Amino acid sequence: MLRVLALISIIALSAFAAGDASFEASKRELNIPAIIMFFIFIMGTLALTYWAAKKTKSASDFYTAGGGITGFQNGLAIAGDYMSAAAFLGVSGLIYLKGYDGVIYAVSFLVGWPIILFFMAEKLRNLGKFTFADIAAYRLGQKEIRTLAAFGTLSVVVLYLIAQMVGAGKLIQVLFGMEYEFAVILVGVMMIIYVTFGGMLATTWVQIIKACLLLSGVTFMAVMVLYHFDFNFESLAVTAAERHNDGEAILAPGGFISDPISAISLGMALMLGTAGLPHVLMRFFTVGNAKEARKSVVYATGFVGYFWIIITIVGFGAIAFLNSDAGAAYFVDGKLFGGNNMASIHLSHMLGGNAFLGFISAVAFATILAVVSGLTLSGASAISHDLYSNVINPNATDEQVVKISRITVVVVGFVGVILGIAFEQQNIAYMVGLAFGIAASANFPILFLSIYWRGLTTRGAFLGGLTGLVTAVTLVIIGPIVWVQILGNAEALFPYKHPALFSVTIAFVAIWFFSKVDNSERGKTEKELFRAQNIRANTGIGASGAVDH
Amino acid sequence: MKDELVERIENNPKYNELLSKKNSLGIKLGFFVLVMFYAYILTIAFNKEVLATKIGDGVTTIAFPIALAILIISFLTTVIYVRKANGEYEDLVNDIKDDVKDIM
Repeated sequence: MLRVLALISIIALSAFAAGDASFEASKRELNIPAIIMFFIFIMGTLALTYWAAKKTKSASDFYTAGGGITGFQNGLAIAGDYMSAAAFLGVSGLIYLKGYDGVIYAVSFLVGWPIILFFMAEKLRNLGKFTFADIAAYRLGQKEIRTLAAFGTLSVVVLYLIAQMVGAGKLIQVLFGMEYEFAVILVGVMMIIYVTFGGMLATTWVQIIKACLLLSGVTFMAVMVLYHFDFNFESLAVTAAERHNDGEAILAPGGFISDPISAISLGMALMLGTAGLPHVLMRFFTVGNAKEARKSVVYATGFVGYFWIIITIVGFGAIAFLNSDAGAAYFVDGKLFGGNNMASIHLSHMLGGNAFLGFISAVAFATILAVVSGLTLSGASAISHDLYSNVINPNATDEQVVKISRITVVVVGFVGVILGIAFEQQNIAYMVGLAFGIAASANFPILFLSIYWRGLTTRGAFLGGLTGLVTAVTLVIIGPIVWVQILGNAEALFPYKHPALFSVTIAFVAIWFFSKVDNSERGKTEKELFRAQNIRANTGIGASGAVDH
Repeated sequence: MKDELVERIENNPKYNELLSKKNSLGIKLGFFVLVMFYAYILTIAFNKEVLATKIGDGVTTIAFPIALAILIISFLTTVIYVRKANGEYEDLVNDIKDDVKDIM
């Protein structure tokens, strides 16, 4: 472990050194307090991983932290998974750029939570073990369902991972002047260490600590912003409107959601996508029982809701502060240094100087690390638990499964680094929207129908789920962003940026149709098994215990 | 799960009470949240100007308190559900477990 620590430090230091050359060009100085904060955090989390590694022995420890996380802790960790770089940097940047339109994103992101609670959380806890595929595979064919679920999971994980990797690379590049490629490699290496050694326990604790630091950091920013306006939101709004090019228009919805179809479609993707994100769903298996699973959603909703309120103030604060005379220092050639996603980072410097900038950037980096760790872990469990131990080698031992997981983590880490570098120029918010759209179309319908619909059969779930996945991906490719902006065609074959309204509907209808026409003996048995499944989902009778899986 | 256990639980009136109560609360609250959210989204889509109405003499629009209200109400619905589920429904679950203890 010590050797690994030393190795990381050397890689990191050489990367900082390597960054110096390109840094001169941008006329910015190496920020020592920021780097010190950054290293304190890395050392702290590595120590945590060392502690977790010693406690991680079984597959259950590796995937679910032994199932001994409390509802409150899990609520913080879920909130942590949700308050990703796209949420923190992206939404505050969107508010900085477009005003109230950014708030619409925040509201849409939150309303998915009550839905998860009412319809999914406790059932996930009662039916599942390690991954969400456990639920669908409870009474359906293991091979088909787990293979499909693994592909759904991996598609979401890879897309989301690219978005986070690009965000991390940009952040480090702006803050420390490190080369983009080195920054992405550093994130990849750190992530692999956290997950391979510490598993879910380390990932959860890094997530909890980061959630606390992030919430206190943004609270401080919001309080400092409001302090300058005598704690009166109206005065802040007046100043922000004066200093923004769009004037008072930023205080009401603008052109962000242009037509009703896009509005409903985006709302659907953000809401149902939340209930299909594999790394968030996985968190319900870390708590002891359904009661704790429900509590964790209440805490998560509270923390995330609070976070959005604070981010709104931070975003409008960024408009008021950065567009002032003193804020001019953060602009290069009339553009915000590092792009609009860096608005809250620059604001932290204006409000609290170098030390606070260091704190916020360390937290932002930690945010990315923690989220990519969670994502990688869910990707690894899809391969090792769903594909390897249930399809390829049903007689696998605990050790073999964990070993496969660790290998997968390393592979996913490499893939993340390579794609992170390849997709440097991609729009982060769009990639995240895409990941949500696929989660809503491919994962959510199977999961929902397997819990609630007696008539679901393997054939229906497999063919219908596949239809949903393929439709979502196809509509994205022939839509305005990929077909026109990336592939350079004149007109999009599919006119909407967000396909969820269509792909989710198609997935539900297809699953229903293929189940209805399935008159096989196997299908009949599966329908009959629903009774026992429903009892377990609602009462927890026969569910996996907290410690012994 | 043994067939006998499934039969016994399905015929237990408390199990049916649990299912109907829980589903009815979940559907009601879920429907409420969906209606609230889509009312907001559709207002943005069809009639943005309503949300641009200013509060009193200020520049702040009613869009802000509405967003705040949606965040707070969403949170409160989770509190309501969990109070019910972790209290009343969990008691029913424990009763059901007690009733079938002998064959579990």
